[in-house]
Amino acid sequence: MSSQEKPKVSRRLFATSGASAAAAWVLTACGPKRLHEVPRDRLRTALQEMERKYSERTGKDVKVSGAGPLPGVEFAYGLDISRCIGCRRCVYACTEENNQSRDPQIHWIKVLSMEKEKGVDFSHADPYYHPATVPQEGHFYVPVACQQCKNPPCTKVCPTGATWSEPDGIVVIDYDWCIGCRYCMAACPYGARHFNWAEPVLPTDVVNPNTHYLGNRPRPKGVVEKCTFCIQRTRAGKYPSCVEVCPVGARKFGNLLDKDSEIRYIIEHKRVLVLKEELNTVPRFFYFYAT
Amino acid sequence: MRTILLFSQFTRGSAKLILRGPRSYWAWLAFLALLIISGALAYSAQVRTGLALSAMRDQVSWGFYIGNFTFLVGVAAAAVILVIPAYIYDWKPIREIVIYGELLAISAIVMCLLFVLVDIGRPDRFWHLIPPFGYLNFPQSILAWDVLVLNLYFVINFVVATHILYRAFHGKKYAKRLVVPLVLFSIPMAVGIHTVTAFLYNGLAARPYWNSSILAPQFLASAFCSGPAILLVVLQLLRKFTRFEIQDQAIWKIAELMAYAMFLNLFLHGAEAFKEFYSDTEHLLYTKYWYVGLGDHRTLVPYAWSAVALNLIAFGLFIVPAARRHWLTLNIGCLATYAGVYIEKGMGLIIPGLTPDTLGEIYEYYPTFTELRVAAGVFAIGFLLFTIMLKVAVPISLGEFVRAPHRLAAQDAETEAFTPSAAGA
Amino acid sequence: MRLMNLAAIGIVAAALGPAAAPPEPQHTAPKRSEERLEVPPPPFSEGIFPCTSCHEGMPVNRTRRVLTEMHTDIVLKHDQEHRWCLDCHDAANRDRLHLASGAPVSFEESYLLCGQCHGEKLRDWRAGVHGKRTGNWNGAKRYLLCAHCHNPHQPRFRAVAPKPAPVPPSRTFR
Repeated sequence: MSSQEKPKVSRRLFATSGASAAAAWVLTACGPKRLHEVPRDRLRTALQEMERKYSERTGKDVKVSGAGPLPGVEFAYGLDISRCIGCRRCVYACTEENNQSRDPQIHWIKVLSMEKEKGVDFSHADPYYHPATVPQEGHFYVPVACQQCKNPPCTKVCPTGATWSEPDGIVVIDYDWCIGCRYCMAACPYGARHFNWAEPVLPTDVVNPNTHYLGNRPRPKGVVEKCTFCIQRTRAGKYPSCVEVCPVGARKFGNLLDKDSEIRYIIEHKRVLVLKEELNTVPRFFYFYAT
Repeated sequence: MRTILLFSQFTRGSAKLILRGPRSYWAWLAFLALLIISGALAYSAQVRTGLALSAMRDQVSWGFYIGNFTFLVGVAAAAVILVIPAYIYDWKPIREIVIYGELLAISAIVMCLLFVLVDIGRPDRFWHLIPPFGYLNFPQSILAWDVLVLNLYFVINFVVATHILYRAFHGKKYAKRLVVPLVLFSIPMAVGIHTVTAFLYNGLAARPYWNSSILAPQFLASAFCSGPAILLVVLQLLRKFTRFEIQDQAIWKIAELMAYAMFLNLFLHGAEAFKEFYSDTEHLLYTKYWYVGLGDHRTLVPYAWSAVALNLIAFGLFIVPAARRHWLTLNIGCLATYAGVYIEKGMGLIIPGLTPDTLGEIYEYYPTFTELRVAAGVFAIGFLLFTIMLKVAVPISLGEFVRAPHRLAAQDAETEAFTPSAAGA
Repeated sequence: MRLMNLAAIGIVAAALGPAAAPPEPQHTAPKRSEERLEVPPPPFSEGIFPCTSCHEGMPVNRTRRVLTEMHTDIVLKHDQEHRWCLDCHDAANRDRLHLASGAPVSFEESYLLCGQCHGEKLRDWRAGVHGKRTGNWNGAKRYLLCAHCHNPHQPRFRAVAPKPAPVPPSRTFR
């Protein structure tokens, strides 16, 4: 009877598939994982491991926060185009706060100088302006960083799910999961995403030891990074460092869901624009004219 | 047991075929090996230092590698142009060469996957794409779609080609119940891989140059030019160096089909250029950068016009029956097609799509020496694979490399599985 | 270091004064009433306040004139055709200011004085839109007075040197 042979095959099949299933389970359960889906208790261990690694490398007591989104909070940003003088204080405060590579130089904020006659027109924008003093006659300035879109084209395209929108509206990247394909950079309409083309150089004396696992912790070579609204500060209640440093108070930040917040006041009372509105990215970054 | 024996016979026989050849064959292999070594050295430097060794930067974040990838997806897709008449209309002259189209598709897909691999910043994390260990963002990411369709297309072509050859090796006809459905399925798949690759760019509203619905049809049209162009040259070489017979009729038919594809390609380019230049919106910048340059930024302009010229020449040569039947003009046409489409896809698709960047900055990208070396290495791997596969496939098709039934029956492990004449290939 | 940046554009360094202890962050979206507004001390030039330490006992001269003995560093470029010192500074009590109505105003509340003409700005300032707030987006904030950023005698911002431009992309690496 055929049943005499059958069990042999089944047993072997059973053993092989069982073994591979077990191997798969071990690998998926214990191997590296997307931080997006790591359970809370494993995240804690992962953060401790990061702290140990970064502290060892920098000789500083590096803290890696795992603070999650606050309930009832959706962050938004306001930037007063009529105030900005193009001094680039924000660019460098951002770099210091967020541990960007100094060489090759990575700036999350790009300040564009535009001509008043031409209005907001990227084809005439100049990020490399260097007059003796700013503001220059006939010019205005549009600093651009991640717009933290509500409908982000960048997260949609990521083949590995290494970048996503957090419930508080911040678009984050898992630097340990990104494969560096740069599809998100092609998809971003704001040039907000930056790639580590070489091993980032971050001298230990300039390291900011207060970090967040989805934000300013040191990045490796070959992955993408971007502005996170200073997630390590804002999730602890503080303003982003660009807001703190802006000498003319052109930068505003707050909770979109709080009807008494500054940002809501701006949206309800001021002339507001978002960049490339026609692309339906729905930015959480609002440019406005206070005067 | 018998299967294992047969298989070992097949592999050892293949190995012997591969290791025998005239001096020109070895010179060709040595040349490819040299390119592969140079590419490997360049790539290892790139892995150590990072993609900073390429000319890609944040402003132009994709370049030569991805351009080559796109071009080769087209080459892979073009196998279908042979499959359609062969299997649907049962047009005999083409049918016997379809297998070479499939082998070309296999080599092209391997090159595609290698080009993606050399382009990514963290090749060590490639497994992040593979569930259950990794995570594939399907169906949101078009890149995830591309990973799936390319691999599926690879598997289909691999199964069909090896099945047909393996059966022929045993002196049997292929199993229709397996091959016909797979081949029929591979037709929409071929259209699929190139459409999905077009959608990869097409879906990005941030890049107006790509965000045009004409992109996918234009990709297909240009693919149906470049793929057969390579094949025509290969078939003529086979005809010259082996006993393999290919009817003139088949070659002329393919050339004729290429003429129609090239017409469509030029027409679609023209339609896109008309829309951009006549409507003269802010999106014109990218098309302008390709055809006339922006201010002093004119690096790509010579490439643009040589692509147009080459494509026009190819069209002219293939549409005139006398010209496509003359071997010199036919081959000039093939080279012009190949070069024209290569420039148009390699340089003309990716770079103007990213220049100026989304904030209006113009960074003039053109590949560095590292990129050229790595790309040459990848091409060499592809050609090496193609050469080796041909080396085995041609004798099988010719019936020169078949198993020796009487010896197999005697369970002789030392079977000489091919006739000596095949080694002269 | 940030102080220096600020000073560079004509913000008196005292603006950031003796730094208050950083407030404890709050971890929920706050109600408006919980929000505390902290205003740092007004940005006086060093050693100038209280004004009464000199002015006490001096006779009041209400004639509009060019000052030659003291305060010669002050150049008025703020509707100077129509205005001079005693329109804002109170002659009776030099340690305070006064509104057009004559009602006295302390230096700490000088925004009320500014708001007489710049009502729209005062409204925006109260909402946190004009001017600068630092600290916590959902808790204690430091709120700068008008005079922290604008020299009341010459309120227009002075031009400043920008920080270095970014390094343009280069085909070659290092």
